[in-house]
Amino acid sequence: MKLELRGITKRFPGVVANDAVDLVIEEGEIHGLLGENGAGKSTLMNILYGLYTADEGEVLIDGEPVTFAGPGDAIDAGIGMVHQHFMLVPVFTVAENITLGVEHTKGLGLLDRRSAEAEVHRLSEEFGLPVDPHAVVEDLPVGVQQRVEILKALHREARLLILDEPTAVLTPQETEDLFRAMRSLKESGRSIVFISHKLKEHKAIVDRISVLRRGRIVGTADPATTSEQELANLMVGRPVGLTVDKADRETGEAVLAVRGITVLDARGKPAVDGVDLDVHRGEIVAIAGVEGNGQTELVRAITGLDPVAGGTIELLGRDVTAFGRKELLRAGVGHIPEDRNREGIVGDFTVAENLVLPMWDAAPFAERGRRRFGAIAEVAEREVDDFDIRTPSIHTTAGSLSGGNAQKVVVAREFARPLDLLVAAQPTRGVDVGSIEYIHRRIVDKRNEGAAVVIVSSELDEVLALADRVAVMFHGRLVGPFPMPVSREAVGLLMAGATPDEAMGATR
Amino acid sequence: MTTATPPDLDRRNRRFGIFALVLAAIAGAVFATGTAGVATTFQLNDVFGEPAYATLPAVVVPVAPTALFLALVIAGVGLYQAVRGFGDRATIVISVLLGLFVLAFLVWAARGQQLQVLALLRGTMRAAVPLALGALSGVLCERAGVINIAIEGQFLAAAFTAALVSSATGSPWLGLVGGILAGGLVGALLAVLSIRYRADQIVVGVVLIVLATGVTSFLTSQLLVPNPGLNAPDRFGAVTVPVLGDIPLIGPLLFRHSVTVYLMLLAVVVVQIALFRTRWGLRLRAVGEHPKAADTVGIRVLATRYRAVILGGMVAGIGGAYFTLDAAGQFSREMSGGRGFIALAAMLVGRYSPAGALGAALIFGFADALSTSLQILNVGIPSTLLLTAPYVVTILVVAGLVGRLRMPAADGQPYVKE
Ligand SMILES: Nc1ncnc2c1ncn2[C@@H]1O[C@H](COP(=O)(O)OP(=O)(O)OP(=O)(O)O)[C@@H](O)[C@H]1O
Ligand SMILES: [Mg+2]
Repeated sequence: MKLELRGITKRFPGVVANDAVDLVIEEGEIHGLLGENGAGKSTLMNILYGLYTADEGEVLIDGEPVTFAGPGDAIDAGIGMVHQHFMLVPVFTVAENITLGVEHTKGLGLLDRRSAEAEVHRLSEEFGLPVDPHAVVEDLPVGVQQRVEILKALHREARLLILDEPTAVLTPQETEDLFRAMRSLKESGRSIVFISHKLKEHKAIVDRISVLRRGRIVGTADPATTSEQELANLMVGRPVGLTVDKADRETGEAVLAVRGITVLDARGKPAVDGVDLDVHRGEIVAIAGVEGNGQTELVRAITGLDPVAGGTIELLGRDVTAFGRKELLRAGVGHIPEDRNREGIVGDFTVAENLVLPMWDAAPFAERGRRRFGAIAEVAEREVDDFDIRTPSIHTTAGSLSGGNAQKVVVAREFARPLDLLVAAQPTRGVDVGSIEYIHRRIVDKRNEGAAVVIVSSELDEVLALADRVAVMFHGRLVGPFPMPVSREAVGLLMAGATPDEAMGATR
Repeated sequence: MTTATPPDLDRRNRRFGIFALVLAAIAGAVFATGTAGVATTFQLNDVFGEPAYATLPAVVVPVAPTALFLALVIAGVGLYQAVRGFGDRATIVISVLLGLFVLAFLVWAARGQQLQVLALLRGTMRAAVPLALGALSGVLCERAGVINIAIEGQFLAAAFTAALVSSATGSPWLGLVGGILAGGLVGALLAVLSIRYRADQIVVGVVLIVLATGVTSFLTSQLLVPNPGLNAPDRFGAVTVPVLGDIPLIGPLLFRHSVTVYLMLLAVVVVQIALFRTRWGLRLRAVGEHPKAADTVGIRVLATRYRAVILGGMVAGIGGAYFTLDAAGQFSREMSGGRGFIALAAMLVGRYSPAGALGAALIFGFADALSTSLQILNVGIPSTLLLTAPYVVTILVVAGLVGRLRMPAADGQPYVKE
């Protein structure tokens, strides 16, 4: 189907999220949407999906104006959406989630599980999106959950599919699988709107790109003839550096010394299995790995979120294995958590409150049992400026920020304190290239100031750009760290479980 | 709220094990000593109904050896639990051990006398009626994402209305309908205040209880006391199910009851199937777990919640009608006596499932019936203390079992559409 948006405007208190947006999506086209954090991409798509109502403008399908009172109408019109935050019921099975709202029944409203599962199976074969219909969604890795979301839309016979940052949470392999499925969808005549902050991906899969800046369409581009640098500049509105400048630096004393730690998962199996790791002042150790190999658990143990089952953790020579979260943070550890919505921000608190969260009861934000709102506001204003957090004000609740801006709040907060150790998990997930540049620069600054930095990332580009030494996590064990340079191929092989000899030998 | 990590599991194993050993010690030290040569008679026949069906011989057991044997079993199993652990089945094992402990207690409490086992179990069934129905009301609401602590208020409103309507019309069936509507009305109030006005659901629940208590008490003194004829409802009599009712033990236990008991059992089965096997139930649970996800697939979140909360109120209304149309035969102030809260506990212990709620209601109902049986036996425990048994059991069971409970994820959160 051909979809046309004309003059769409949407205002939120304090911001114009979409400003007279015109957009045409042709049948059988993969249309890329590119824009900074807070540019209004998700808002535009939510309007298209009937979740928000536009203040002005109209939507046309195949030339006919349509109005959507809710997602139900959009679904009926053949529009499907995979949200940035999945809309799946965690305790339901795959088949239940896919058929929710259009259930298979056998009279009297009794669910026909057999038929639902058969249908899911058929769809999953047809589009090359393997899923187990019986599996409970919360037990599945995000990549599979996303497939469930796509199948959910296809089951509703979507002819236009909106994918809002689908690759942000995927491994490179999963991204490849997704692209394959997208191509087969395109061949079947379906249209796709693809949102991503990764320029490479736009160039790899997209037919045409529209660039959004501060709510307005500022241009369209042909990915075949436009370079990544040009796209980045168009999107940010100024020249952006896509590489990280990093001078060599002497390393100092060991800040973090992890000795043989083991962390058990919920089932009592070791998720982290006897890991040793030293990180020194003035170096960045990047830990790569396919998600689910124990990186999450390792970080949670180091930052005091989970107890260890064995081994010790030392910070500047002090045994901190038994330290709680607050003690660790106050001992000079900064943490950028992987799941910002659950552990990074308090959605109901304001941006200002979130920015001072780890120090909220300490000077200068509180004195003699009273909070100092002036001091809080002052620091918050400065950090909002420094990190270019796009928010109507520092008193806006953090939960209403766009995905990337919420991440910047977390980063700003952790960087504002003097740190001996910074542990950052997926620090730039969902963040636009302009901000990635900024966050990377600040991470390197921290290292130059003499902090020890641990980065966990499933983004190979990020690992290779930042690391002084690189390690790979595989099945709960840590391989390395190896001093840079290590080739991209070698890291890839290690991530797939090769031994260091095999990996280095094959590529040197 | 989260899954237990292994160190937690270890600690839990040990705690459960030690608990069992304490039970064994009590059983051995108290129940098995000083009772040499005394026996207890378990009477399995219905002493009230005429024994039209086959009679069963009474079971006579010697007190000391029986209690000692049970103590040893509990100790043995408890020791295994403390050292090795039963893993996932620990809760079931502990429940069985508690059952054995109660048995030992009964053998001891009724020493030298006859214990009317059938009367005790029939009492359990009857006491479970309002508890199970109230818990079902909670299950329906909370599975849809609205906290319902107003069950006590739904009971009172329904009990009062049922008494009034039945007295005025002479039909317990119309009384029942009145009770159902009254319960539904309280449910509707809860729905409007918490769904539409997004008031704090706990506060709304408390307010509704206070309201129902106040209004029914006021109307009792103003209306029922001056007109006793309005507080003399026709009650439901016992209905014997043909054939099944004649089975020894099972017959009188399950198939010689008033309609409220059958309605309760039917409601549990229907809601269990409806929640977990129908489209309606799937959508209702989706709304309680992830309303936004439900919304994005076109399910009407608020309408679903309204329906669930009002339906829940109506189910609790049947439970309320039980008090006046079955148990007591007239309305008196605050006659539900906190059973709405025990029903809430039954919902939690039953983990938000109708079948589980029935199980929990039977446990609490047993405690209720037991306190009556023990008063008849005159065991030397003050009767005021015995009357607290259901509440004590509730506290123990809730404290022991609810720790690892998983609520519907959006329970208590109003849904706001952007
Ligand atoms: N529900 C809301 N209430 C108030 N403001 C909102 C709401 N949703 C979005 N906004 C604001 O609208 C603007 C656009 O947000 P949107 O989520 O569309 O950005 P985005 O382009 O998707 O960004 P990102 O790449 O970070 O996901 C932001 O300034 C955001 O703060
Ligand atoms: Mg977005």
